[in-house]
Amino acid sequence: MRFRLERQEAVSGIGVLVAPLLALAATLLVGAIMFVVLGLAPLPAFYIYFIEPLTDPWTIQELVVKACPLLLIAIGLSFCYRANRWNIGAEGQYVAGAVLGSWVAIATQGTEAGPWVLPAMLVFAAIGGALWGLIPAFLRVRFGASEILTSLMLVYVAQLGLDYLVRGPWRDPGGFNFPRSVSFDPVATVPLLFEDGRLHAGIVIAGVAVLVAAFVLGRTLVGFSIELGGSAPRAAAFAGFDEKRVTYGVFMVSGALAGLAGIIEVAGPIGNLQPAISPGYGFTAIIAAMLGRLNPFVIVPASLVLALTYIGGEAAQITLRMPFDVTRVFQGTMLISILAADVLVRYRLRRVEGAAHA
Amino acid sequence: MAESDHGPALLEAAGLTKRFGALVANDSVSLAIRAGEAHALLGENGAGKSTLVKMLCGLLQPDSGELRYQGEPVVFPDPATSRARGIGVVFQHFALFDALTVVENVALGLPKPEPLPALARRIEACVDRYGLAVEPYRRVGELSVGERQRVEIVRCLLGDPRVLILDEPTSVLTPDESEGLFRTVDLLTSEGRAVLFISHKLDEVRRLCQRATVLRGGKFIAEVDPRKETSAGLARLMVGADVPRTAPAIAHELGEPRLLINRLNVAGDGSRGSALRDITLEIRAGEIVGIAGVAGNGQTKLFDVLSGEVGCDDAESIVIDRVPAGGLGPTARRALGAGFVPEERLGHAAAPDLRLSDNVLLTTHGDGQIVRQGIIRRRVLQQRFAEIVKKFDVRFGGRDPKARRLSGGNLQKFVIGREVLRNPVLLVVDQPTWGVDAAAAAFIRTTLRRKAAEGCAVLVISQDLDELLEFADRIAVMSEGALTVPVPVAETSREAIGMAMGGAHGRHGEGEAVNAV
Repeated sequence: MRFRLERQEAVSGIGVLVAPLLALAATLLVGAIMFVVLGLAPLPAFYIYFIEPLTDPWTIQELVVKACPLLLIAIGLSFCYRANRWNIGAEGQYVAGAVLGSWVAIATQGTEAGPWVLPAMLVFAAIGGALWGLIPAFLRVRFGASEILTSLMLVYVAQLGLDYLVRGPWRDPGGFNFPRSVSFDPVATVPLLFEDGRLHAGIVIAGVAVLVAAFVLGRTLVGFSIELGGSAPRAAAFAGFDEKRVTYGVFMVSGALAGLAGIIEVAGPIGNLQPAISPGYGFTAIIAAMLGRLNPFVIVPASLVLALTYIGGEAAQITLRMPFDVTRVFQGTMLISILAADVLVRYRLRRVEGAAHA
Repeated sequence: MAESDHGPALLEAAGLTKRFGALVANDSVSLAIRAGEAHALLGENGAGKSTLVKMLCGLLQPDSGELRYQGEPVVFPDPATSRARGIGVVFQHFALFDALTVVENVALGLPKPEPLPALARRIEACVDRYGLAVEPYRRVGELSVGERQRVEIVRCLLGDPRVLILDEPTSVLTPDESEGLFRTVDLLTSEGRAVLFISHKLDEVRRLCQRATVLRGGKFIAEVDPRKETSAGLARLMVGADVPRTAPAIAHELGEPRLLINRLNVAGDGSRGSALRDITLEIRAGEIVGIAGVAGNGQTKLFDVLSGEVGCDDAESIVIDRVPAGGLGPTARRALGAGFVPEERLGHAAAPDLRLSDNVLLTTHGDGQIVRQGIIRRRVLQQRFAEIVKKFDVRFGGRDPKARRLSGGNLQKFVIGREVLRNPVLLVVDQPTWGVDAAAAAFIRTTLRRKAAEGCAVLVISQDLDELLEFADRIAVMSEGALTVPVPVAETSREAIGMAMGGAHGRHGEGEAVNAV
């Protein structure tokens, strides 16, 4: 007895919508098994993980703050993935953006520099992320190198570069030898939206990014050329769209948004540059983009769901003494479930009777 | 039915049914092939011929019905089993490795390993016996399409099959090469083997086969003796009605030259030399010029260079409506009034997984109506889409399905309609009616002819010589990347064009075949 995957002639519209929900259910099931193996009762564990954070206004704010970088990065990744360009190095572009943006903050530290500092930081961060993203794009266009490998490898280059800077030239002289930069001046800090909350102006930027991305992808020729290039490259060439330009374009957008996410995080919730500026946002955003169907509007709830795994993970660490790796397991399970659900919606599993040499 | 005359059938399909989802590809189809006969399987594209063949050789399993081999019920779970039982198939798409020699390719398909020199001798014996003109130690990459087909046939014959199935074998052959193949088939049947000959070329079937099974819409229609039928009668069985004819030409004056190709040279890429050599051609407003030739002689490259997908260094080598266009991309060439229809519908002319309405954008985005300032105007797009569907009778299920869901004929009508409604001054069409049913083909030819009468210059690349003879004004022949001087259709003949199609390569192979017989 063998099994074979057959392409479904008609992919049901409902199936496409239900697939991510099925994936979430499967993730919870695997999670339940994991809790049992760890010797915990699944239901109370789930409560602490996924429900309790939602009962407290403070953590709800925290949830939105965590979702902000995920959202920005995932929006950018949706450009790449629609074009069939697999940028998995957003974490590196995030770091590159954070570094170049922070350079502005550190260079103007303690000077009379005015309110232009933060906008300049944002611009430099976007440029930094975009340049870092253009490296794998160039390697692909020029040498045919797989962007999957190069973009991933560049993550480690960026992280080690950041490490060098905050331990070396950019280390805060009055920081008791901790590997971190000086705390940023108020003009170099992302302002809070409300006096005594956690929500910051970066969330507004993420909201604008959602709207602009939805417009570009859905209503413009540029968006169409991205979609077409990813779906049928030869037809895109026939239509007169330059594959190289699309490749550069999507990596640039993706890198710029990741870079923005980086500086908003550093100049916002964190407040200075240090080695641990990301709990893997760049990788988790890949899951948010896939869970969000590469659609900017759907990526919003998807980012919130993934932010919840971070918050819940922190709570579980404290209350249940669970390792933080459990969060990673959750996120990984979710990605695999989404990909599997997508395959099962588009293909049907058929049992092949009477195998030849059975 | 099978036992009605001349003893039991060698291979018989009894009431085979195969469904793909809602589509019934074969609906209780029966077929009986007897020893010593050449049996034709006739039907239009989509009639279910391929499905039936795949069930005969074990690539597909029937949902119901029975296969019988020499009178006994039999199940072929896979092609290896059917091959072992004596059924050989030569498919349209060859399974050969370019980088290997003929003998190495044949060795790879054997059930048991065999020393190459011994195998080469077996190949040579087979070649001598059946006049197939194959050299065992040549690399497949250097072979013409006709030679590759002979390699596939030799590979089948080494297994000593009782039944040989040839799937549209002549679609890639010159007329001369086809004659060679027919002699081989005659020899095979005289040895008591059966040949199932799949084709939609009726003259060939009447020349070669003693019996023909006709399928239409997945159903068995008739078993007839093709020698006793007229071509028109067979066509009526295949189509189910009188075959629509292309509307006659409308008299009109020729105008300005719309396309000039001046000594166009393009380097080949890789092992297969599909380079273009010194091509010169002029097409004036109002005329249809056909380019005939066997597949793989550079037609695809010529199309890509004309559409701008492949660049060419010399801007003057392609002139569209008096503007040097060699250095321009596809969008700029469309802006000059050119329209292009590639051979491959899914994946080249249309994106399979995009909606049909979005596929309108592929060639219209630069026209300034549907897209302005980079923004897609959905309402205008929908209007154009509806207009194409209505004027070109594009039929499909649902309101706006993915391109992949359309039948070949309907998608081709859409692709042609998309270009025609752009009001081009030059249309370049590669294989306009390949894989399209007879009614749609007649409609497409009529449309192109009407465009020409309105003053459009039309270049048609086609492997279907009959099609070109029917509706082109002048015909040129492409062979090994070079183009002959086009001649008016009235002043040429099938034979003359066939000779040119063979080129040096084909004549060489043919000569050996004649010596061997």
